[in-house]
Amino acid sequence: MTVFAFYLFAALMIASGALTIFARNPVHSVLWLILAFFNAAGLMVIVGAEFLAMLLVVVYVGAVAVLFLFVVMMLNIDFAEMRAGFMKNAPLGVAIAVILLAELVLGVGAYRAGALDLGTPDGSAAPLVGESNIESLGALLYGNYLFLFESAGIILLVAMIGAIVLTHRAPTNPRGHQNIAKQNARNPKEATNNVSPEVGKGVEL
Amino acid sequence: MTDFFISLGMDATWAFFVASLCGVLLIAFPLMLAVALIIYTDRKIWAAINLRRGPNVVGPFGILQSFADGLKVFLQETIIPSAANKGIFILAPIITFTVALLAWAVIPFDAGVVLSDINVGLLYILAISSLSVYGVTMAGWASNSKYPFFSAMRAAAQMISYEVSIGFILVCVVLYAGTFNLSAIVEAQRGHGLGFVNGYYFNLLLFPMWVVFFISSLAETQRVPFDLTEAESELVAGYQTEYSSMAFALFWLGEYANILLMCSLNTLLFFGGWLPPVDWAPLYWVPGIIWFLLKTFFFFFMFSWVMATVPRYRYDQLMRLGWKVFLPMSLIFVVLISGWLMLTRYDEPEYDCVPASTAGTVTTDGTVLCGPEGNLP
Repeated sequence: MTVFAFYLFAALMIASGALTIFARNPVHSVLWLILAFFNAAGLMVIVGAEFLAMLLVVVYVGAVAVLFLFVVMMLNIDFAEMRAGFMKNAPLGVAIAVILLAELVLGVGAYRAGALDLGTPDGSAAPLVGESNIESLGALLYGNYLFLFESAGIILLVAMIGAIVLTHRAPTNPRGHQNIAKQNARNPKEATNNVSPEVGKGVEL
Repeated sequence: MTDFFISLGMDATWAFFVASLCGVLLIAFPLMLAVALIIYTDRKIWAAINLRRGPNVVGPFGILQSFADGLKVFLQETIIPSAANKGIFILAPIITFTVALLAWAVIPFDAGVVLSDINVGLLYILAISSLSVYGVTMAGWASNSKYPFFSAMRAAAQMISYEVSIGFILVCVVLYAGTFNLSAIVEAQRGHGLGFVNGYYFNLLLFPMWVVFFISSLAETQRVPFDLTEAESELVAGYQTEYSSMAFALFWLGEYANILLMCSLNTLLFFGGWLPPVDWAPLYWVPGIIWFLLKTFFFFFMFSWVMATVPRYRYDQLMRLGWKVFLPMSLIFVVLISGWLMLTRYDEPEYDCVPASTAGTVTTDGTVLCGPEGNLP
């Protein structure tokens, strides 16, 4: 049963990953990418990492891919033009792929050799007795790796503030800018002024 | 239910399959019936507030109106615009509808009455509700028409904005309950307020969060006053403009199933789910599912009430409310609540050491190790 689910998710994930690259329409590409994320989440559920699976769906499918879709839909991308540079960029792409593959091989090799203390060397993770993986992750992140975790958070915060500062423009046009506090503070007595002008005098505004 | 099918002589795998299938049908069919009736109720409440009669022709009190509408829509011709992106155009309403049903898998209707009692239930709901934006966005884009496209853009921005503050509100509830499991969250609310009120709303720190959650759930389901994606005066019918027949009906059903889901989440997270309002023995004679449905209906009534009384927001006001009011407010409350819990709860000696059933590792001599040292492999 688990084996069947694994091959189903894995095959669908690779297929949708390939279709992400080969789809002619960029919007289709993003949608295939979302399907790939989903299948990755399914694979994580199979190995018992349900918290990571849910985070993957919340963060990548729920936020990142929506922004991708947003951008791709808004920009009218001409794909023929982008494909023209394919041969020029191909060596770079191949180089990145080779580096990624080498890293994967090294990582898995180190893991299987038992050099990394992540679990058991035969590949099966050692589950903690009577603990859900939210609790184990929480104990690790807020216990052993508190400093690293918090500094990662601060780096992200700084990056966020940096992005806001770089793109923020003070509103130059005073019209169309609403000051809600000012509107709420207005009272009828100040807003209206009853006058009874004499005939032929008129009102000064 | 699995045990029942095993007792009928099936082996465990098959019994699990059949039991799950029965569970899905037992949730999906009553849900669809509830959606049909809740649309009727919505129209009746709306009409009553406007001093009108509402639907009153089909069946007694017009109660069959939704079914008549459904039949009409079902018999319509399906029109697919020639310029539309056909695959995505057809897929969009299916996704909206499916996603609206998916989240109900983890909703507990009573103690133990839940299809899948997973320990990341709340995260699952957050994940699923973040998917519902895709149906709308894909519909708007695939229609290849200006107004649906504007509507899709609005929907995407709106739902992402309000999901952020909803996430922080859920963090507040999880901090209090100490778990992501929805059934356990409901159980944690037993006698929460002064020892007899069942529900997190009876708490000075969580009540404001409930108000924010309620308003955010209006925005998340695109109900009035946040229905800018379907603003008739600006966008015809929004992302549904090009749809007809069953595709349109699927959007309609999905929207109301989502509204019911949000009502039940209000019930589960802040108003004690299937528990009676106060912790008093005679009230427990009423079955839990009745309390759950009553509370959910109460929140639906509030949704309708808001719909009939509040005018629509402008889009920049909507964004301002989400990012400049709700987000800072919920962030401050996360800090306040975690500070308060550190002060009151985790300072007590019995919480220094969590029991082995929930966390910590039991060593061979039976002592319970706590803290990060004990939890490490």
